[in-house]
Amino acid sequence: MAKRVGIEVSLAIAEAAKLANTDVVAAYPITPQTHIVEHLAKLVADGELDAAYIPVESEHSAMSACLGASATGARTFTATAGQGLELMHEVLYVASSMQLPIVMAVANRALSSPLSVWGDHSDVMAVRDTGWIQIFVENGQEAVDNVLCAFRIGEDPKVLLPVMVHLDGFYLSHVIEPVLFPEQSLVDKFIPPYKYPMPLHPDKPVTMGAFGPPIIYTETKKAQEVNLRASKEVILQCWAEFGKTFKRHYSPIESYRTEGAKVLLLTMGSFSETAMTAIDRMREKGKEVGLVRIRLWRPFPFEEFRQAVSNAETIVVVDRALSFGGPVGPVCSEVRSALYDEKQKPKVVSFVAGLGGRDITPAGFEEIVNRGIEISQKGSENEFEIFGVRG
Amino acid sequence: MEKYAVYVPKLVTKKENFAPGHRACIGCGEALAVRLACKALGQNVIVANATGCMEIVSSQLPFTSWRVPWIHTLFENTAAVASGVESALKMLMKKGRIAQQDIAVVAMAGDGGTSDIGLQALSGAMERGHNFLYLCFDNEAYMNTGIQRSSATPFGASTTTSPAGKMSMGQFTWKKNMPAIAAAHNIPYVATACPSYPFDLLAKVEKGAKTPGPAYVHILSVCPTGWRCATDLSIKIGRLAVETGIFPLYEIENGRYKLSLDPPKLRPVTDYMKLQGRFRHLSEDLIAKIQKRVSAEYAEIKEKAVADKE
Repeated sequence: MAKRVGIEVSLAIAEAAKLANTDVVAAYPITPQTHIVEHLAKLVADGELDAAYIPVESEHSAMSACLGASATGARTFTATAGQGLELMHEVLYVASSMQLPIVMAVANRALSSPLSVWGDHSDVMAVRDTGWIQIFVENGQEAVDNVLCAFRIGEDPKVLLPVMVHLDGFYLSHVIEPVLFPEQSLVDKFIPPYKYPMPLHPDKPVTMGAFGPPIIYTETKKAQEVNLRASKEVILQCWAEFGKTFKRHYSPIESYRTEGAKVLLLTMGSFSETAMTAIDRMREKGKEVGLVRIRLWRPFPFEEFRQAVSNAETIVVVDRALSFGGPVGPVCSEVRSALYDEKQKPKVVSFVAGLGGRDITPAGFEEIVNRGIEISQKGSENEFEIFGVRG
Repeated sequence: MEKYAVYVPKLVTKKENFAPGHRACIGCGEALAVRLACKALGQNVIVANATGCMEIVSSQLPFTSWRVPWIHTLFENTAAVASGVESALKMLMKKGRIAQQDIAVVAMAGDGGTSDIGLQALSGAMERGHNFLYLCFDNEAYMNTGIQRSSATPFGASTTTSPAGKMSMGQFTWKKNMPAIAAAHNIPYVATACPSYPFDLLAKVEKGAKTPGPAYVHILSVCPTGWRCATDLSIKIGRLAVETGIFPLYEIENGRYKLSLDPPKLRPVTDYMKLQGRFRHLSEDLIAKIQKRVSAEYAEIKEKAVADKE
């Protein structure tokens, strides 16, 4: 029987990595990821998880050790946040380009300076183009489920790509939630044993990471792009299979009360649950608004997204990151781009909010939606607005 | 003794796991050192290679010079990659997913990748006690990118970023002592080697690979391109580095120093320096300063070796 327990989400993620029979963990502590790796270290120390725990001296080395472990054929897990993700930056490209299916939980955190350990999406947006599959989760259950799915998706021989599971720092990582842990036997069936097709081993020497002169570099990058896009099929299959086995269902784009809604609020990450409350309240007041949440950030689910917003006249996008001096918020930028060639385009209004852990209340979301409607009708002098900012 | 030269090479494998046909410069001491190291390491090895000359000359897609499993990822992370490989091997053997066998995990990097940008990852891997061998191929500057100074560049050498000029005598810092830094991690085996002494190099690499725990071998690799010397002098210059005491050959086993070669009398440093364009600009005063330092450093190592012998 699956076990339902009250548990801190960080600990639940470590338990999920244990359920997945992780072989190697290489991690460096950083707030708000610490509880994940502390719990993994404890699981190893207590003999509950038979894995090598490498307590590296930096995030750069954490991801680098993961490269080595994954290339040798070990199921490899790590976790990080904010500055740690930035320090890994160049290594992230190597993991995806060399097709090493590492799974990483990211407790999303703002970037310095000023130093902020609190949550936003500045760290994700900076690694948006690193070639990883990126999944956003909104609660503890989704976190556990998608860490399991991440192993299955990444290790699929058709995919072989690393996967980030994004959870908002503190707002999700540090809350205690009811979580249903699937049975080990079902997980074992759901995630087949890891078999990397070309591991480093003297029996069959391989050269990994040769350099690419101009005559071949573009081809390697095209292959990578085709592969990442094609991974969507496997992701969809995995979620479908997960739904069948565990009765919980996931989609690249999640819609909430969008029936008949001409105005859609669009969010990504844990504050989506607060946004749902705001939508409920507005619906009670008779407003025809709905919510669309992006779960699969990479590969971006264009088809599903266009389908989900096809009847909308206005989309109000709330970003948790800034693109300094650029167009709108990074998510909004992609949303606009996805809709540019559509015959019937909704108005897309951009807000940036919730930076560095600043809370957005349901009333805040209501205000954002109302202001968004106003901008869509009357226009605005600004490309986007920062919600609730002083000065 | 003259027959020694005829028979001894027969004791060394003819198998080349670092295959010919790579793109190293003529007279490259590093390519020779890697070739010898691969002979010593044999087949049961996994190599993690840092970005640098050896990676670039040996791995242009779709070619490879490596007949052993080899991975290159980035410049500064090779020791960390090796620690991941080592941990994975241990775990997969423990779980029975791969057969139990001795597979040496060997990290290779240049002097920049070791003493500058990769020092943190190397320190971490040595501190954690991974069972691996780290080989630093020291050609005393960033040769792959065009002879820029590193912390391993010797005092007085002219490089493209420590050029000699009216206001500059070239490199104004003394070479970072990497073997001492490695030894300070209390690892079981540290050694210096040079391909001009091939059998000594073979023995040390083999010993390092067989040592349980971290081992570090620092290999002086003459670079005619960067040192501005004749390409047929690589072996001779390597020998002179040792004979002048500039690059003494020694081992530090469990903290105990042992000189591998102790010439009865050190040759003057000028014998070594005059063959290289990178030192051409140095005044007699500066050469005297270098001579003083070299003599003192050599005496210090010798003193430790004598003390540890007793």
